[in-house]
Amino acid sequence: MPQSFWRRFIRNRPAAVGLAFLVFVVVVSLGAPLFFAGDPFGIVGKPFLPPFGAYLFGTDSLGRDIAAGIAHGGRTSLMVGLVATIVAVSVGTLLGAFAGFYRGWIDDVLMRFTEFFQTIPTFLFAIVLVAIMSPSRASIVLAIAVISWPPIARLVRGQFMATREREFVQAAICLGMTDAAIIFRQILPNVLSPIIVAGSLMVATAILIEAALAFLGLGDPNAMSWGFMIGAGRSFLRDAWWLCAIPGIAILLTVLSINLVGEGVNDALNPRLRTL
Amino acid sequence: MSTPPAAANGRGGPPAATNGVDEPALLAVQGLNVALPAWADRERAVSDLSIQLLPNQIVCVVGESGSGKSVLARAIMGLLPAPHVHVTGGRVLFDGEDLLQATPGRMRAVRGARIAMIFQEPMTALNPLMTIGWQIEEMVEIHLVLGARERRARILALLEEVRLADPERILRAYPHEISGGQRQRAMIAMALILEPAILIADEPTTALDVTTQAQILALIKELQRKHQTGVLFITHDFGVVAEIADHVAVMRHGVLVEIGTAAQVLNAPQHEYTRSLIAAVPALAPRAKRVTDAAPVVLEVRGMTKTFASGAGWFSRARRSVPAVKAVELALRRGHTLGLVGESGSGKSTLARCIIRLIEPDAGSVRLAGIDLSALTRRELRPHRKHIQMVFQDPFGSLNPRMTVVQLIAQGPITHGVAVPEALARARELLQLVRLDPAAADRFPHEFSGGQRQRIGIARALALKPLLLVADEPVSALDVSVQAQVLQLLADIRDRLELTMLFITHDLRVAAQVCDEIAVMRQGEIVETGPTAAVFADPQHPYTRELLAAVPGRNWVPPRF
Amino acid sequence: MALGPKTAVYIVRRLAQAVPVVIGIVVLNFLLLQLAPGDAATVLAGEAGGAPPEYVAQLRERFGLDRPTHVQLLLYLKNVLSLDLGYSFRNSMPVSTLILGRLGPTLLLMGATLLASVLCGVLLGLLAATAVNTWRDRVISVAAVIAYATPLFWIGLMLILLFSIKLEWLPTTGMEDVVAFNEGWDRVLDIARHLVLPTVTLSLFYMALYTRMMRAAMLDQRGMDYVVTARSKGLSERLITYRHVLRNAVLPVVTMAGVQVGSLLGGSVVVESVFAWPGLGQLAFQSLFARDFNLLLGIFFLSACLVVLVNLAVDLVYLALDPRINVD
Repeated sequence: MPQSFWRRFIRNRPAAVGLAFLVFVVVVSLGAPLFFAGDPFGIVGKPFLPPFGAYLFGTDSLGRDIAAGIAHGGRTSLMVGLVATIVAVSVGTLLGAFAGFYRGWIDDVLMRFTEFFQTIPTFLFAIVLVAIMSPSRASIVLAIAVISWPPIARLVRGQFMATREREFVQAAICLGMTDAAIIFRQILPNVLSPIIVAGSLMVATAILIEAALAFLGLGDPNAMSWGFMIGAGRSFLRDAWWLCAIPGIAILLTVLSINLVGEGVNDALNPRLRTL
Repeated sequence: MSTPPAAANGRGGPPAATNGVDEPALLAVQGLNVALPAWADRERAVSDLSIQLLPNQIVCVVGESGSGKSVLARAIMGLLPAPHVHVTGGRVLFDGEDLLQATPGRMRAVRGARIAMIFQEPMTALNPLMTIGWQIEEMVEIHLVLGARERRARILALLEEVRLADPERILRAYPHEISGGQRQRAMIAMALILEPAILIADEPTTALDVTTQAQILALIKELQRKHQTGVLFITHDFGVVAEIADHVAVMRHGVLVEIGTAAQVLNAPQHEYTRSLIAAVPALAPRAKRVTDAAPVVLEVRGMTKTFASGAGWFSRARRSVPAVKAVELALRRGHTLGLVGESGSGKSTLARCIIRLIEPDAGSVRLAGIDLSALTRRELRPHRKHIQMVFQDPFGSLNPRMTVVQLIAQGPITHGVAVPEALARARELLQLVRLDPAAADRFPHEFSGGQRQRIGIARALALKPLLLVADEPVSALDVSVQAQVLQLLADIRDRLELTMLFITHDLRVAAQVCDEIAVMRQGEIVETGPTAAVFADPQHPYTRELLAAVPGRNWVPPRF
Repeated sequence: MALGPKTAVYIVRRLAQAVPVVIGIVVLNFLLLQLAPGDAATVLAGEAGGAPPEYVAQLRERFGLDRPTHVQLLLYLKNVLSLDLGYSFRNSMPVSTLILGRLGPTLLLMGATLLASVLCGVLLGLLAATAVNTWRDRVISVAAVIAYATPLFWIGLMLILLFSIKLEWLPTTGMEDVVAFNEGWDRVLDIARHLVLPTVTLSLFYMALYTRMMRAAMLDQRGMDYVVTARSKGLSERLITYRHVLRNAVLPVVTMAGVQVGSLLGGSVVVESVFAWPGLGQLAFQSLFARDFNLLLGIFFLSACLVVLVNLAVDLVYLALDPRINVD
């Protein structure tokens, strides 16, 4: 199974390209302190140096190295995207599993919650959360997780409700298994693939939200981030377009590659869909 | 065209006139070859097949799943799922024209107008968003130039002819608003409205209940005689064949193995495969009584009641209550097999699930070997669950796809505290009991066929040495030959282990073969109960009589070889 | 579906069901904002240049901020239920006046975006699905994948750079050219010109999503049994696509559009900030930093009501499209 999964995944060219680029982003981000030693907020030269000159991506309005900012900002984006997703997926899976398995009041409460998050403008809510907790990596992660878990919970709930009616689960109940064994050992392994796919796509969404928050000035003030760079550069759009363009392309390519990988995982997990 | 034969000839072969060699064939399939894609388990879906359909004749193409019978139907209609499945040779002659050479435009003119088709599942075969009237009207509109009033008159006349009560309402109804039988009648009306020369019916009664099936079969036969249509009828069910066929063609793995008149094929089959298929059809004659009434009562059900509260629509909170089981009483003695028979929606599965507490009943008690199970909480019930085990209907859904066979069988005993090595060893022994190769123990369910999976399911249930085995339609998803093997296995094991069994089925033939007693359910109530032989010989309740009368091919006694 | 009394009952019931959700949103946000460091009094005092503590206390008393939280909450809820959203001390204006002034621009942007994204998404999805695995399908699919990964605010800036700064085709920011004092059709045209870039920016992501959904739904529906029936009736592929498949395939897109109204309104905060569009999102953002919580709560309340109403409208459209959905 895992071997054929890899073969199917790698044969999917967009997914393979996405994975390669993603590996590149991870290496550059993790290696940022090596490749670009020193503070990314530090001034290295004259302001507004255009790209592909003395500095790969030029300098910004204060003379900071944009390439260094991109590398260090990648750390922030990836970290926030990954941690927020892990929190949201864990919480959403757990609650969705219980709601879908037990139905009843826990399901009612969950459904009210998801209704709540469908009614409130989620991004505005995230802004308020970050502002209240004062902007930091932790508060951003938390805010993104808070607005992201309900869709996962809904997905898992639906999967559990459907799988619960499958006869092998009924058989497990007949055998006298405990609910915990049925939930975690019988059902969960069978609904893992849509969760993995949704999770991988959520990393991309989380990166976009983090960037938007930072763009609006709600980023962690001590961490360089792509959104912050665009926000800082927008006043100079007319004369120094690269201040905004380059970090935006970084976001675009990273998010794109994550989406391609997520879809590749989906296709490889559900090979039936591709025989259309 | 010759005059229609006497309608008196209900069964047992058509009159010689319609089979005369001198009459030109309406449809002649000659040397048809249909290729399957590279990943399929065989090269060709249909190989070198020739078959003829005369006017005013019903030819049944019968075969098990994978025999290529549906592919044949679609090849004639030009509806194969290209490019994966495609015709590689042969001719389909209709009115002297080879349909395989026809242009797409010419084929569209033939489809619907000259050759029409009806399908197995009328619910999905109709567009859910369009009214029945609109969908029938579309058929007329694309083939004929008719005024709106004329179209409507024609449609209403045909709806009367297929005996749809209140045709005006049916015209305005959406597919989900009418019953399965009504939907299939509407499909038939749609297929026949342009008076096609040929009707291709692909398992048109398989998704229907037995009483509805009987009505639809009678309707198809009646309209066929009236309009002198040639009907190519695809089915897997020899009972249906006996009911409707003039000619029978038997297919296996894409090859035509036998063809002849209904009387010849049904009563004196020549080919070995046809014989084995017919031998697997359970006779409607009930088995001799096998047990005595002296055995102690194992299961006692009192006042079992379950009402479902169902939301009426997606957006709606309005609750409607649907009574599924109404105050049912049952008693089952040790070693006996009780058949719970009824049509879909009769509550038989709900009753079984209430007994086994997969569904919490609203009221009623279940005593198993003297223990009142209904007084226990879900948690308290758990250790007692091993005494009642269940065999499920769906061989593909009832086994966890991520566990190996031996794990599947051993998980019950392990849950109840048996040491793992012992449970695994015992699981391997059970594989032999259900006649599976012990070498298969470490494989996953998807590597097995439907019948083998059912055996694994039986082994899983037996691993806990239950007092009572509940079998919920255990063979209805299986092909007839596999069905016979699984039924035989169940009977053998039951006799050897003195198992008590509650056997749920919609198929009276199966019930006759397996059950000592039967209880007939309808709308949540048991309307009649008694020894199988007595109920079959002298049914008391009108509904039981109706059910028995509806069994397809009830007057045909499958020959034994 | 006819707009009969049943539908009216359904609408009333849906609205009644939404009341607890909206109240829940108000209460939760009220409590959350209590946790925020600082309040309107400290911000005002801070702006006044380090005012004495007595002045801050006096301000608190005037704003009612000195009372216990639960009293403030109950008072606020009582006012909200009588549709009194309170007073913005920061702007010295009733909250409702402030909000209603911004409602028009937000509705305009939201409506235009919803319409543009659903219509273009359905059209592009249809174009891709009817030419599956050809260059047309590939171009549309690749464009959708890229648009799906593009940050809103960034594409907004890039569009400004291209169309406003370099090409000078469209205005950069704002909703209208205030100093031009346009009237009548001139004003409508001016606003429309200002609306183009924000709408394109905000639609892009959703359009990409609906395109992909529509394409998938079309391919999905193509495999359904009723399509085989339609073929067996002698219908051409073109008729099958437009008469049978299209309507079935639009349904999931409509559902999705309904679900995403809330997220769309959230996204408009960013777009309004990029284009200085004078809508609710910008107002919310300003009120948060001014600790003008009455105003912020009012915006949350109004946007929740807005989402409920748009959701209901979308569901009514769905109801008209799908006869299987029953309103009773």
